[in-house]
Amino acid sequence: MQAFAALLDSLSFQPARNAKLRLIETYLRQAPDPDRGWALAALTGGLDFPAAKPALLRSFGEEKIGAELFHLSYDYVGDLAETLALVWETRPDAGPPPSLSEVVETLQRATKMQTPAILRRWLDTLDSTGRWALLKLLTGALRVGVSARLAKQAAANIGDQPVGEVEEVWHGLSPPYRPLFDWLLNGGPKPSSNMGGAFLPPMLANAIERAELDALDPAHFRAEWKWDGIRVQVAASGGVKRLYSRAGEDISKAFPDVVDAIDFEGVFDGELLVRREDAVAPFNDLQQRLNRKAVTPKMLKEHPAHVRLYDALWLEGEDLRALSFDERRARLEAWMARTPRPRFDLSPLVPFTDWVHLARLREEMRSDGIEGLMLKRADSTYLAGRPKGPWFKWKRDPMLADCVLMYAQRGHGKRSSFYSDFTFGCWRQTADGKRELAPVGKAYFGFTDEELRWLDKWVRDRTTNRFGPVREVEPKLVLEIAFDGIARSTRHKSGVAMRFPRINRIRTDKPADEADTVDNLLRFVP
Amino acid sequence: MTDTLNPRSWLYPTPRGLYCEPGGFYVDPAVAVDRAVITHGHGDHARPGHRNALATPETLAIMRARFQGMPDTTQQPLKYGESVKAGDVDVSLVPAGHILGSAQAVLEYRGQRIVVSGDYKRRPDATCPPFEPVPCDVFITEATFALPVFHHPCDASEIGQLLRSLETFPERTHLVGVYALGKCQRVIKLLRAAGYDKRIWIHGALASLCKLYQEHGVDLGDIALASDAILETFKGAIVLCPPSAIADRWSRRFFDPIPSMASGWMGVRARARQRGAELPLIISDHADWSELTQTLTDVGAPRVWVTHGREEALVAHARSIGIEAEALHLAGREEEDET
Ligand SMILES: [Zn+2]
Ligand SMILES: [Zn+2]
Repeated sequence: MQAFAALLDSLSFQPARNAKLRLIETYLRQAPDPDRGWALAALTGGLDFPAAKPALLRSFGEEKIGAELFHLSYDYVGDLAETLALVWETRPDAGPPPSLSEVVETLQRATKMQTPAILRRWLDTLDSTGRWALLKLLTGALRVGVSARLAKQAAANIGDQPVGEVEEVWHGLSPPYRPLFDWLLNGGPKPSSNMGGAFLPPMLANAIERAELDALDPAHFRAEWKWDGIRVQVAASGGVKRLYSRAGEDISKAFPDVVDAIDFEGVFDGELLVRREDAVAPFNDLQQRLNRKAVTPKMLKEHPAHVRLYDALWLEGEDLRALSFDERRARLEAWMARTPRPRFDLSPLVPFTDWVHLARLREEMRSDGIEGLMLKRADSTYLAGRPKGPWFKWKRDPMLADCVLMYAQRGHGKRSSFYSDFTFGCWRQTADGKRELAPVGKAYFGFTDEELRWLDKWVRDRTTNRFGPVREVEPKLVLEIAFDGIARSTRHKSGVAMRFPRINRIRTDKPADEADTVDNLLRFVP
Repeated sequence: MTDTLNPRSWLYPTPRGLYCEPGGFYVDPAVAVDRAVITHGHGDHARPGHRNALATPETLAIMRARFQGMPDTTQQPLKYGESVKAGDVDVSLVPAGHILGSAQAVLEYRGQRIVVSGDYKRRPDATCPPFEPVPCDVFITEATFALPVFHHPCDASEIGQLLRSLETFPERTHLVGVYALGKCQRVIKLLRAAGYDKRIWIHGALASLCKLYQEHGVDLGDIALASDAILETFKGAIVLCPPSAIADRWSRRFFDPIPSMASGWMGVRARARQRGAELPLIISDHADWSELTQTLTDVGAPRVWVTHGREEALVAHARSIGIEAEALHLAGREEEDET
């Protein structure tokens, strides 16, 4: 536990991606099995035990040093788990601290009633970093700035494998991932992939602008509408049916209507939409489904989900990824034509003669459900990651930018108890080559009341700093900002000022790393 | 000991600092005064321009180094354990364990003893003699880290973290922010104690005080000015600098440095992040919560005046164990300062 705690501690302070990778790699190489497997599970969000409630932590603290001192301490530190970790002292006579596997395996078996006594004993044996890590693990919020993908990347690195290989076998494995480490470190066999509804690492597109298109031959490309939903992967194999977000997060539970309708085997890319009759509902409707833990029958009826397929990775027991786009498309169309399925349809190709023609089609298409166009090379094989050249997304104007929430301030009047004024930023390179967020604007509206409540909670849970009424938050949440114009400005730190910015939607599906850069914004400047 | 004598009648705070009336002197005054007793050389305790200054020889040496030789101040060195009469008050200086030369001022008047502890810590420090508890009627304690969240871990384990990071990132410069007086030299000594015998690089602003420590017999091993070397040298090196230099253009000379910081505040994550530390080291020259509470027990004073930091929690604790405690607000002390 202490080694894992030291890892979390270092990760929480190291902002640089490469340094984080190095820390995780070093740990994974040095830690024994099954500790490292449980650690990898913790970092990828794969551990599941009953969370300790804040009230329990508070009662422990008050019991230890009294209510007054605990209150003063919590007030100063600002984080309950950290406060308790700091005020609780190690007892020299309490014996050796538990290993990570002991912690995980004990908690998985323990009943809710037993947990407090076990916890108390562990707190006595660990040092303050160990206590902090344990409490973070128990409250289900590590927040050390490591995405599941980054952790998988580190695992891949220790075995000199591309991360795509690890992601491919990932969903066929479960913690503590012994076969994975056996393969990566000890020359063992590669665990089998695509068994039991495995997620296959997706192929992603690069953004493109009108001017850049002229360098490309339109005859080499196919066009599809870019739907305003969520990119998903439908994976059904070995009797297991799953729906994944593009980041590989299993979202099956939130969409039983889609998952129940899977009566086939295969792996497909598509867009998750809410569809009423034949119309695609606004993104907000989908958002409502996405943020729910439990899905009510009413929800299912009023917000029916639907997947619009546009690619086939596996079909009829065959891996299609080495085939060209045209070949995969032909297979997909033929398969769809054989059996119509009400929850699934095919995203049509958009025929065009040249870029001028396509640009006009894009201008004329004024449906809310469409974000722009996808351009895919006819001969492109399916490559994991974001290869440069084969796939492009050509987004529709109004100006949209994906920004990262940086600060929130309490509103006024009716909203005075809510954090409702949001300052967001975009990435830029500092003089010494680091990436940092520069604030680019402030938005007060564009969200529903429900989204406001959600944002308010998010801000409170992820505050890193307070300056009077303003809270600084972890740079984790991507907000899609719509705006009417943008101009260079010397008054703003980032050098740009937005006109009429509003929160278009909350992009919980998008990693903050992938938000826009200030340079991206500058391209909007007329 | 005369219970009838109110200690506040002969030692009390004024806008210029803590004043001892029958002695005619101030202790660590915030401005230049006629007569001052100085507990130690940190800037919030030792100020320039006093006409007379009484302190340990080491503290006077530090003051001379910082204040251009202090030609206009009459300096009265007083060794640890020696005593001198100032007006009607007996003054002696006792080790505080804080930094080189640091002392508690022990003041006795009409049978009553007040100890002004200045800044202190209780754990071992190779650069100065350890704190000596002096039984007294009134104990004036600092409260920089007076919250139960502050339990500074052992120094060796913090230095171990620095050395482990050097192993994990052998190509990166480890840039450690330290206060020039005390922390800098202590961190060097701790590294030496952990077996690190390579050259340690220092920022120019740390040079004169390192030299002063060396002249006082503190062996710092192989240290050199960071400005004197070419970039390549700093791969995997430890460079000490004032905390402010980390964010300064000065640090751009190093390739991909890891900003570190050695300070008691590093124990609280939000504070460490605020200071931009990617490798926080909890190394403090001040007593943590257990040291503070232990000291109240050790000196056994029925009255405690709390100054300099988070008085509230320590006052509450002292009262809970039957000590008559109150906060004493002194001019010139910045709450967030750690010196
Ligand atoms: Zn001080
Ligand atoms: Zn000091």
